[in-house]
Amino acid sequence: MTSRESNRGPGFVDLVETALPGAVTGRNLEALDPWIECPPARLAEVCRWLKTNPHVRFDALECITAVDWFEPDPKKAAKVAWQPHIELVYHLWSTSARVSLVVKVKLPRWKDDVPGSLPEAPSVAGIWRTADWHEREVYDLSGIHFTGHPDLRRILCPEDWEGYPLRRDYVMPLEYHGIRGR
Amino acid sequence: MSISAPSAPATGQRSEDYLWTLNFGPQHPATHTTLRLVLTLEGERVVDALPEMGYLHSGFEKIGEHLTFNQYVTVTDRMNYISPMANNVAWHHAVEKLLGIELTPRCRHIRTIIAELARISDHLLCNGAVGLDTGAFTFFLYAFYQREVIYDIFETLCGARFTNSYTRVGGVSQDFTPLVIEKIRAFLATFPRTLDDMERLLTRNRIFVDRTKGVGVLSKEDAIARGATGPVARASGVTRDLRKDEPYLAYGDFDFRVCCAAAGDCYARYLVRMQEMRESLRIVAQALDSLPDGPVNVGIDQRTALPAKSQVYSTIEGTISHFELSMSNRGFEVPCGESYAAIEAPNGELGFYVVGDGSDRAYRARCRPPSVLHFALFPHLIRGHTLSDVVAVLGSLNIIAAELDR
Repeated sequence: MTSRESNRGPGFVDLVETALPGAVTGRNLEALDPWIECPPARLAEVCRWLKTNPHVRFDALECITAVDWFEPDPKKAAKVAWQPHIELVYHLWSTSARVSLVVKVKLPRWKDDVPGSLPEAPSVAGIWRTADWHEREVYDLSGIHFTGHPDLRRILCPEDWEGYPLRRDYVMPLEYHGIRGR
Repeated sequence: MSISAPSAPATGQRSEDYLWTLNFGPQHPATHTTLRLVLTLEGERVVDALPEMGYLHSGFEKIGEHLTFNQYVTVTDRMNYISPMANNVAWHHAVEKLLGIELTPRCRHIRTIIAELARISDHLLCNGAVGLDTGAFTFFLYAFYQREVIYDIFETLCGARFTNSYTRVGGVSQDFTPLVIEKIRAFLATFPRTLDDMERLLTRNRIFVDRTKGVGVLSKEDAIARGATGPVARASGVTRDLRKDEPYLAYGDFDFRVCCAAAGDCYARYLVRMQEMRESLRIVAQALDSLPDGPVNVGIDQRTALPAKSQVYSTIEGTISHFELSMSNRGFEVPCGESYAAIEAPNGELGFYVVGDGSDRAYRARCRPPSVLHFALFPHLIRGHTLSDVVAVLGSLNIIAAELDR
């Protein structure tokens, strides 16, 4: 267990399932980066366990990414294998055991399918401090509302920016305060 | 980034009227890049700091969804422009992990050498700027002169001095020529003496030590909890170095030390960077001595790297391969998968998360820059210090706004 590629084996994931029954809804341990999936409601619980468990303590959160699985072109959308959704990807690292783990959460693109109302995921900023700015960035660029975040503001775009640029159906505004957009 | 008046610091509304607010940046000679700090001061003492970023946000991650894997390397140049070669290596490291490409031994050595030269040039600028900000102008000139030598090496190597765009999927754009090797050897021979001079100038300089020792102290626990990586973390005693922890490229073959310090202050970060330059020289020397012969790019039968011009003009496989790779949607096959790969960039852990959907463009190209987390550290490090320490702490974190904002 020295490299990122090394397989943690199913053993550790079984430990997660034993400790938190029903929290692991999907897994792929043969992927390039082995991942587990959990429901959004239990994300904070899983993350807290991963950080504090006695076996492999994942004490560093490297990165939070939101991937918008959406194809705006209806012709191409008919061919893709997935349903439109947003995937939150958390890359964890254990400084003591020197292994990594990926936690994924699937969210709807819009809350209750109402365009404009942001999907919600629990904030993990209380577990890893590094999550604070990562979550602000994901909120800013991909439009995910992190419930319980201490200071959820836009971080890269201006405060009055409209839309979420890393959404696949995002259209650049025509004009912003007199500056031509596109 | 906010365009309205700065809101009150996170600690809440302050009624104390003796506190005053100072806007530091976004254009300020001592920020070196375009970032902004809203400082709350009590006299000369910093009570709180509110970092603001986003002034250089250029949508690099969005651009990554529109450019092919080879084209995007030009954008990575513009992230940490102090050491673009390291960014090139990081980007293609992640892409090759996704594509499952095994590099040739010669390519691994070459990438290791250029990544270490990039580290030296980055550390030179960072330490030079810390010296400059604390009043040591001569030191900065020594550092910048040596950066110039490294620029010359890169120019000889690939024609570009600053934005190199040197790596390609499965290889590099130009092989090492004897002239490049000669220039690197000359640099290896002369640089230690300059490094000695630089250390004599600053390491025991009373003014510099007083300005940096005990300033901006980061404890080991905080460094891990707040996500510090690279020299910032190692100066706090965290023994994390991706080159040792998960050896990539050819780092596993070389003998080098991970430089650490215990103090965690600005002075320790300066010392770690100075030491790391010497270790980088050792790595470069070993890699040059053991530079394997053979091809630098993966073979044309793998259809991932552009063939050499001699192959394109003289063989039919080369011609076909060249055109297939140049045409859109005829290039190499990309699996529907994802990979996160990080390298030990000069500044810390530089990771790329690449999602492939079968096309020759990334579905998502996420960058995890070290500067973001280091900038988030800043209020924690500066509280209680004086206004003049702001530049020392900011310089020792080596925040590059182009990488911060992407």
